[in-house]
Amino acid sequence: MNMKINISKFLAFFSFMLLSINVANAGVTNIIPFGPGGESDVTARMQQPFYKNIYKDDMTVQYKPGGGGSVGWSSLNDEKSDGSVIMGVNLPHIIMQPIAKGAKAGYKTEDVNVFAFFHYTPDAILVEASSPYKSLKDLMSYAKNNPGKLTFSGSGTYSANHLLTISLNKKAKVKTTYVPFKGTGAAVQALLGKQVVAEAGYSTVAAKQGSKVRMLAVASEKRLPAFPNVPTFKELGYNIVSGAYRGYALPKSASKVTVKKWSDRIMKINSDPSFKQKMEDGAFVVVNIGHKKIKKFMKDQKKANETIAKELGLIK
Amino acid sequence: MTNIFTDFLSSLSLLNLGLAFSGVLAGIIIGALPGLSATMAVAILVPFTFALEPSSGLIVLGAIYTGAIFGGSWSAILINTPGTPSAVATTFDGYPMAKKGDGDLAMSISCISSFIGGIVGVICLALFAPPLASISLMFGPTEYFWLAILGLTLISTLSEGDNIKSLIGACLGLLMSMIGVAVVGGDMRMTWNISFLNSGIEIVSAMIGLFCIPVILDLTSMKGKHLNESETPKSLRLKESFVLVFNKKYQALRGALIGTFIGILPGAGGSIASIVSYGEAKRSSENKDNFGKGEPEGLIASETANNATVGGGFIPTLCLGIPGTPPDAVILGALLVQGIRTGDTLFTEQSSIVYTFIFGLLLATIMMLPLGLLMGRYAYKSIIKIPREILIPIIIFLVIIGSYSIQNNILNVYFMFFFGLIGWILNRAGFKASPIVLGLVLGQIAEQGFVQSYIIGNAQENIIANYFAKPISIVLVILILMGLFLPSLKRIYNKKRSV
Repeated sequence: MNMKINISKFLAFFSFMLLSINVANAGVTNIIPFGPGGESDVTARMQQPFYKNIYKDDMTVQYKPGGGGSVGWSSLNDEKSDGSVIMGVNLPHIIMQPIAKGAKAGYKTEDVNVFAFFHYTPDAILVEASSPYKSLKDLMSYAKNNPGKLTFSGSGTYSANHLLTISLNKKAKVKTTYVPFKGTGAAVQALLGKQVVAEAGYSTVAAKQGSKVRMLAVASEKRLPAFPNVPTFKELGYNIVSGAYRGYALPKSASKVTVKKWSDRIMKINSDPSFKQKMEDGAFVVVNIGHKKIKKFMKDQKKANETIAKELGLIK
Repeated sequence: MTNIFTDFLSSLSLLNLGLAFSGVLAGIIIGALPGLSATMAVAILVPFTFALEPSSGLIVLGAIYTGAIFGGSWSAILINTPGTPSAVATTFDGYPMAKKGDGDLAMSISCISSFIGGIVGVICLALFAPPLASISLMFGPTEYFWLAILGLTLISTLSEGDNIKSLIGACLGLLMSMIGVAVVGGDMRMTWNISFLNSGIEIVSAMIGLFCIPVILDLTSMKGKHLNESETPKSLRLKESFVLVFNKKYQALRGALIGTFIGILPGAGGSIASIVSYGEAKRSSENKDNFGKGEPEGLIASETANNATVGGGFIPTLCLGIPGTPPDAVILGALLVQGIRTGDTLFTEQSSIVYTFIFGLLLATIMMLPLGLLMGRYAYKSIIKIPREILIPIIIFLVIIGSYSIQNNILNVYFMFFFGLIGWILNRAGFKASPIVLGLVLGQIAEQGFVQSYIIGNAQENIIANYFAKPISIVLVILILMGLFLPSLKRIYNKKRSV
């Protein structure tokens, strides 16, 4: 008797679990190939309410982390291609990983059917608030006088952060030391704890940390609305415009209609002024690269990244 | 003061109380299922919280998180499988207690201990957040390296029986921790062209395989009951457990403080906290020999510490905007979407949100006590009453769902079974799963810390000083040396005296 009751309790409990999993699966699924809490996740979360408002449908965020995104991207073409599933994609990742890892990356850049990029986070150089270096010029003259002693924390190897320090070394003719950390959080921790002299990060770090850090330069075309006093690298004489672009992809077998439909959806959310405001407050730069512009954009990006890869010695 | 009082009142609203209650309830269940992690639970619920006030949303997320960390102890006690990595040390004494027939006692003790740990963590969060956050910044790569080494030296303290075998197991874990793309340098190591391995061994599925599959296999081959029943199955053994914990109040407080402190170190996490606390408890205990055989003190040490990391982990999350643990990262993301900026201003300009949240967390922790005790009783009874023929498929079903849901990837399930096979073979040969898992967890932290320190030291042209000439490093090195040599020195001293 007693046993029966317990079994039925267990079954009730399972159905509850399965139900909650099913509830989470309604509507369209947005697969983020990273863990929760990062920039890709946060911006997808920002889109969620706008998507619901405009299309009266739920967008569920799922995570498929691993290998700096490669686990997700190598399985993208196995997903449903009817438009019920989209996957987040990031630049330079989807170009640099196949270059750096070859076949081991598990996918080719061409396999990722990107249909839109909706924002980017410009690279930036930051120091801790009490740091003696007030400008990028100060920092670079320190680097010139002390070759190798200027340490940068950053997230990952061959990442946007890493590539920024390499470009800077080249353009400023200095030698600096890059210290890779696992994720932006750890890199910021090292900066605030004064373990390193500066951080090669994104503009979003400055938005999150506020008065605790000082952003010396940002790698965008124009100054950021949220940081009117921070100069761009271009203004300072270094021709560096770089950062991480984030967008979405569909499986390769998706029809043209589906691609257009999704590209329009993402661009429509982008055009909402309150969405744009939310993004700018977080120091994300909204860009409108839809399905029509994407081919040329990817081609240019590929070229630029291949040049850097050559400098790094990743391709001969 | 009046402000804080109104914050307290607003956290007491019916809606917030209901949210805290259901959050703890859901958290405990999710935490108890191996593979379903606190991170995932929090992530699934984030979109629902956008419909709520920011502070109410935070309360429900915090409540789930607290509940899940506690829930992890259930599967650790009942089926020797940590429900979350934080509960690894709970298996050491929790499962032996359950085997002996003290499962109900273990469930109650773990709930009371988690409650104490949780309360201490939240109080530290409320009172000392800014100063503790600045301490966490003093931990750089070198300090993380030594902390991980300290954790590794504790393996010899933790190991039951064969020391050599535990060390071999730990080395195996360390080797496995090197699989995948190196964070520093980006080299591909031991991936055998399997792109799934690029990100390294996924710890939770490996853990489920190593701990749980051997238990399931033993269960199928063994006659008799899975766990022995206690002699007084009708009662909660409440009084007994409260008295037991009360007698060990200083030990419980020590565990909670260790947990809070390690909790404030981003990336260290509940697993290190519970292990360090367990090691410390064993080293200073009068019942040293009983540890690992079902000693309640070991259970108290582990469970107070891992729940204290919840409050501790929120300190760097809220003060510095640096997530203390993976669930904190999700909660931080939710804050950003809501337009709340963490950091200096959060405790001053938006203090009402913060204090409502802290009180909510406190309430959730308090609710966890009666809820956990009651539900724990049911879980224990079900596991005892369900015949093996039904229990085994249920557990297998759960671990498959659990390991799939870690990354929404079927490969994790294959992986889990692969590790289960290894775990079973090693178990037969007398190797325990815990040193392997510890090696796997600590290896990554130790390696990154070591290489980063080397790079920084090299840039400063003073590598040795970078490793040894820092106050915290010196303390950690002394603790490591004590852990390594004190037992043998004592033995030599005692021998001399007896001669």
